[in-house]
Amino acid sequence: MNDGVLAAAAHQPGSWHRLARRDLQHLIDVLVEAGHRVVGPQVADGAIVLRDLAHADDLPHGWLDEQDGGSYRLRHDPGAGPFDHVVGPHSLKNFLFPPRDTLQRWVRVAGSWQEQAIPRDEPPLAVIGARACDLQALAVQDAIFIRADYADPAYAARRDRLVVVAVNCRRAAATCFCHSMQCGPAVTHSFDLALTDPAEGAAGDAFAVEVGSERGAGLLAEVARRTTVGALDDEAIAAARRVPRDLESRMHARSVEPGQPRPRSLDTEGIRDLLFDSLAHPRWDEVATRCLSCTNCTLVCPTCFCHSVGEVADLSGDHVDRDRRWASCFEIDHGRMHGGNARPTTASRYRQWLTHKLAGWIDQFGTSGCTGCGRCITWCPVGIDITEEVAAIRASSAPDGQPAAGHEPSPSPPDAPP
Amino acid sequence: MVVAAAAWEIPGVRTLDLAFRDPGQGFVFEPGQFTMLCLPGIGECAISIASDPGGGPSRAPRADAPTLLSHTFRAVGNVTHPLARLVAGDEVVVRGPFGSAWPLETLRNRDVVIAAGGLGLASMRSAILHLLRHRAAYRSVTILHGAKHPGELLFTADYQAWREAGATILTIVDRPADDRPATSAMSEACVAPVAWAAPAAVGCGGASWSGPVGFVPALLDTLDLSPRDTSILCCGPEPMMKAVVARASDRGIAAHDIWISMERNMACAAGFCGLCQFGPAFVCRDGPVFRHDRIAPFLAVAGL
Repeated sequence: MNDGVLAAAAHQPGSWHRLARRDLQHLIDVLVEAGHRVVGPQVADGAIVLRDLAHADDLPHGWLDEQDGGSYRLRHDPGAGPFDHVVGPHSLKNFLFPPRDTLQRWVRVAGSWQEQAIPRDEPPLAVIGARACDLQALAVQDAIFIRADYADPAYAARRDRLVVVAVNCRRAAATCFCHSMQCGPAVTHSFDLALTDPAEGAAGDAFAVEVGSERGAGLLAEVARRTTVGALDDEAIAAARRVPRDLESRMHARSVEPGQPRPRSLDTEGIRDLLFDSLAHPRWDEVATRCLSCTNCTLVCPTCFCHSVGEVADLSGDHVDRDRRWASCFEIDHGRMHGGNARPTTASRYRQWLTHKLAGWIDQFGTSGCTGCGRCITWCPVGIDITEEVAAIRASSAPDGQPAAGHEPSPSPPDAPP
Repeated sequence: MVVAAAAWEIPGVRTLDLAFRDPGQGFVFEPGQFTMLCLPGIGECAISIASDPGGGPSRAPRADAPTLLSHTFRAVGNVTHPLARLVAGDEVVVRGPFGSAWPLETLRNRDVVIAAGGLGLASMRSAILHLLRHRAAYRSVTILHGAKHPGELLFTADYQAWREAGATILTIVDRPADDRPATSAMSEACVAPVAWAAPAAVGCGGASWSGPVGFVPALLDTLDLSPRDTSILCCGPEPMMKAVVARASDRGIAAHDIWISMERNMACAAGFCGLCQFGPAFVCRDGPVFRHDRIAPFLAVAGL
């Protein structure tokens, strides 16, 4: 019998184990030796970002992030554990749907265009530290790029080999509202291994590890060949499960404290009809007086998928790559057509972003496009807050407690001819 | 695909008849669908198929599957200008067909009114050819076509054949002569040399236009309609389509009997790029042909 098979069986999906904090390096080593590009959270440029991770020591031990509308600050706290921060500007999107990607390659041979296969030889990706909101965003992007009728080859190839080592949040930023979007803070799906730090801050000496897939089971079995992967009794498992549940309860119970950032939440009741019934709401013009159309919210959003496609040719013009680049509905070009611009104003562009994210997305993909990660609030240079905008629309759309125009949006008379 | 023939319809509006490089690559499409035409190194754009799905783009419909695809477009942008410069023998990379189609099968035994504003007629030519090839299946086929001035009326050389095949064709112009300074002089200069003949069926100079002056909805008013039996298929600039819809509603035609073809910029045509969103719809996948009642609330809002 193969010891590895036996060991993997012992670490089957759904099982829980104990991994000493110092042994996280073994997990990284196992992933690297299996050919993975490993990325994880690290302090860089004044923020905690996802980048290549070789050493567990490079995780942001001793750092906490404080987030509010238009504000992100790191604070050194010697007591902070490696995953006590929340989410930074990066998400899995940056790696699975990178800002620039080659879709097609054409070569002109004797005057005739031939399509060439694009080598998909990049190493498989392993992400350490993904949160529940990141995994919801992953599921949302899967629904966009891997469909029954069309699958995006580049995304699908990366997604197929992706290893996710998730982390259950212990803390929530004021900008976090995954509890409202009902996708966090507990990690429940789309992970291979999930780490929970049962003890506060730097005090903990071990993670509770939940196995989420056969792939995760194999990884943990390999780690177990190198160090002790201990057992967890039912009480310890229950304690680990309580960590995100307790945080979720605290998030629901949060209230405004003087001098503290306002904790966010979003009322999603009937939100699709609320927003599509409010396309003429004056709030769009009001928010446009603040919005800079800078596109930051769409860049940091873990689900925004709009992109443009551009041609990149060499000087001969005979070798052409068709490159996909992130686009944003806040760019003037996004709605541009030959006859004019479909969304010529900041008000129309902000309305497009918010109504797509929270309403149109439901029609398109059967789910909200928002995971409650709060990145768009934090990274907005003027602190525009999606939860505040929806609340303002809700407050003045239905003064009598009834939907403004019934459940079906009611058409207004079409324009008269010129 | 390879350009089999290229011709100017009117100044700045080009028709490319495309043949499959390998004849085995032919595909079936439905009227109303579009393709993405790509010139590697230059770019790609969405263009409706203007030929008969049951035949070649030649004026004589054929019964077999199409071996040629015809596209009629105005040279206005970074991709359409170079496309318009193509001549027979040049190559175009084609993806498609994409999008929804005109519901021609469900319109059998009905009065079908085609309302086309300007270049909108190009995206309806495929449907017109299909309707006329199956003319006996439809009670009537009426084509309403409006243009800025007589010289902008499209496919005028086809009108006689279409009439003989059983269509009623009514045309209208915004103004009887092209008496305004060309605002698109730039675009027309870029596609020079322009070789085109003045359409014979209508006068091009102001003095010779004897038809009605106004907009397409006014043509609708002149029709003796049986509202319950009438379906309207409409393509043109959005203000024109809104006006047609309003006038059709006034005439008692139900919103679910009005179909419109929307236009948005697209980079992928497969629901990935997000550029063509219109309310909750992707124009590339859920459209371009929409039943009016399904998008009416969004069509009524400016800037979506």
